Amino acid sequence: MAATLTESRIHDLQALALRVREHIVRMSTDGGCFTGASLSCADLLVYLYSDVLNISPDNLRSPDRDYCFLSKGHDVPALYATLAERGFFAKERLKNHLKTNDFIYWHPNVNMPGVEFHSGSLGHLLSVAMGVALDCKLRGQTNRIVVILGDGELNEGTIWEGTLVAKALKLGNLTVIVDRNEFQANIRTEDLVPLEPIENKFRAFGWETARVNGHDFTALNAAWNALPATTGDTPTVIIADTVRGKGIPSIERRADRWFCNFSHDEVKMLVQELHGEAIGELTSEALHVR
Amino acid sequence: MSMPIPSTPGLKATRQGFGQGLLELGEKHANVVVLGADVSGSVLSSMFEQKFPNRFFSIGIAEQNATTIAAGLALSGKIPFFASYGAFTAMRNADQLRISVCYNEANVKIAGSHSGVTVGPDGATHQVLEDLALLRALPHMTLVVPCDYEEARRATHAIGEMHGPAYLRFSRDTSAMFTTAETPFRLGKAEIFREGNDVALIACGLLVWEALLAADELEKRHGIKARVINCHTIKPIDIKTITEAAQQCGAIVTAEEHQVHGGLGGAVAEVVVKNYPVPMELVGMKDSFGGSGEPKELLQKFGMTWREIYASALAAIERRDKGFKTLRQVKDIAPYVGE
Repeated sequence: MAATLTESRIHDLQALALRVREHIVRMSTDGGCFTGASLSCADLLVYLYSDVLNISPDNLRSPDRDYCFLSKGHDVPALYATLAERGFFAKERLKNHLKTNDFIYWHPNVNMPGVEFHSGSLGHLLSVAMGVALDCKLRGQTNRIVVILGDGELNEGTIWEGTLVAKALKLGNLTVIVDRNEFQANIRTEDLVPLEPIENKFRAFGWETARVNGHDFTALNAAWNALPATTGDTPTVIIADTVRGKGIPSIERRADRWFCNFSHDEVKMLVQELHGEAIGELTSEALHVR
Repeated sequence: MSMPIPSTPGLKATRQGFGQGLLELGEKHANVVVLGADVSGSVLSSMFEQKFPNRFFSIGIAEQNATTIAAGLALSGKIPFFASYGAFTAMRNADQLRISVCYNEANVKIAGSHSGVTVGPDGATHQVLEDLALLRALPHMTLVVPCDYEEARRATHAIGEMHGPAYLRFSRDTSAMFTTAETPFRLGKAEIFREGNDVALIACGLLVWEALLAADELEKRHGIKARVINCHTIKPIDIKTITEAAQQCGAIVTAEEHQVHGGLGGAVAEVVVKNYPVPMELVGMKDSFGGSGEPKELLQKFGMTWREIYASALAAIERRDKGFKTLRQVKDIAPYVGE
């Protein structure tokens, strides 16, 4: 990606992100999905898959491509919507959400083009990505291995085990992005297991850190361009501050809008809200699952 | 075949067979890499480490990470072996094995050393006795328990050269060496080590040797000809050889250095009840944890020697011949059971 984004490039990314959010909302019915967490990482995924990472439908078997692992797997609607928009598979296929005859459900499945690894159990993919990063180093490659973690996922002990080991293995080609949307399930992270100051924790483990607004393409681009070369010895983490439910004010930052299963009428209203129109009250049941 | 029993067999540990096999495999295949968890000298992956320092990675005492890192290494064609004690490579990392290795069908090889009570003075925490039961339930997993040094060496080659997740279970203590490079060995194929049609003794690991000793005693004392089967591959289990043993012998004893629940005995029982039900006795750990002590004394204490296999064979035969439904009926009349 260019050192600075032009106005028209930013406009294109925002338009793509809006289409991705529409797909997410349309998947939030007839069984529903984890809408809030999908909306928080939508801009991150749109940015990474728009010519930043060397991953395309044409190079999915190429060992020197970049890799992107979605560890917080329940936000997979954002990934599938992004992959569909980028041509990894037909957009029509998103309509198969939760259908028995396809692989589009609440967690990533490798049978979907662009998905590198089955995930769902939290705390695994940092270490899978570490294995890939180690393999790429052994082969003398300069590609980058990205893994997206949820902030709630930082509760898992394997994340900190991996954070220690990644530094020991000198995985300079490994970049973690934390989708810091401040919620896990139906509670704020800071009210359950406080995580802040997150950067200091990673820094204490010897990592390079950056913190940006995860919805600001200019800021994301600046952080990305400031990453050290993949040939270095130090893994990096970008803490991306995001908003759960971003783009739909009526569900933004709401503890009870983690998993959403809206009526068809509500989906129409929410799409209008995405496009900036004021809407009425949502009547679907808000879920408290704890 | 009939396995000649050396009267004074040489002694070596199956972990030495693994170490040697891994070293040879590394020489043969450049894409074999090894992960260690701070005990490579003890599980003898150190032999590989010394020869190929650039293909050996010390992950530290982080078995869950070592397992998932191995899955990542396997994505683009490496053949990663993760070797530590079975207590930590089969159980502490169970979720990682289930999802990152088995569900993803990652070509990861797990070595579980220090299995069973023969670990000795380490005590119960380090004596894994439940690994087969746990791993046998995982789809895509291959499970191998070699019976001696040479078979451990060859089994290491075999799991490295098959595709898919595999677990190799072996032991710390030395044990009798009685197979050779000429002994038939193929993954998934149980081998008849001694012919006989009166009772089948189906064993794995160090208890194959004990089963051979038991067969000797059965013949000497009672003229009973026991068929001894080395069932080194627990999954996929050899349905044909086990079913034939049930049909031709009519009574079966299984023997393993593992809980009697869910391991070799369970796997054989599943085959037998479906294909040809016959009386069965299971020799192994009886739903208890191990303990500290001398390896040979612990096998005696917990009832996993030729004596228990011998007594169980007599009990199984009696149940078959007298139509007894349960072992209790045998015990009421037969003093040798539990001897």
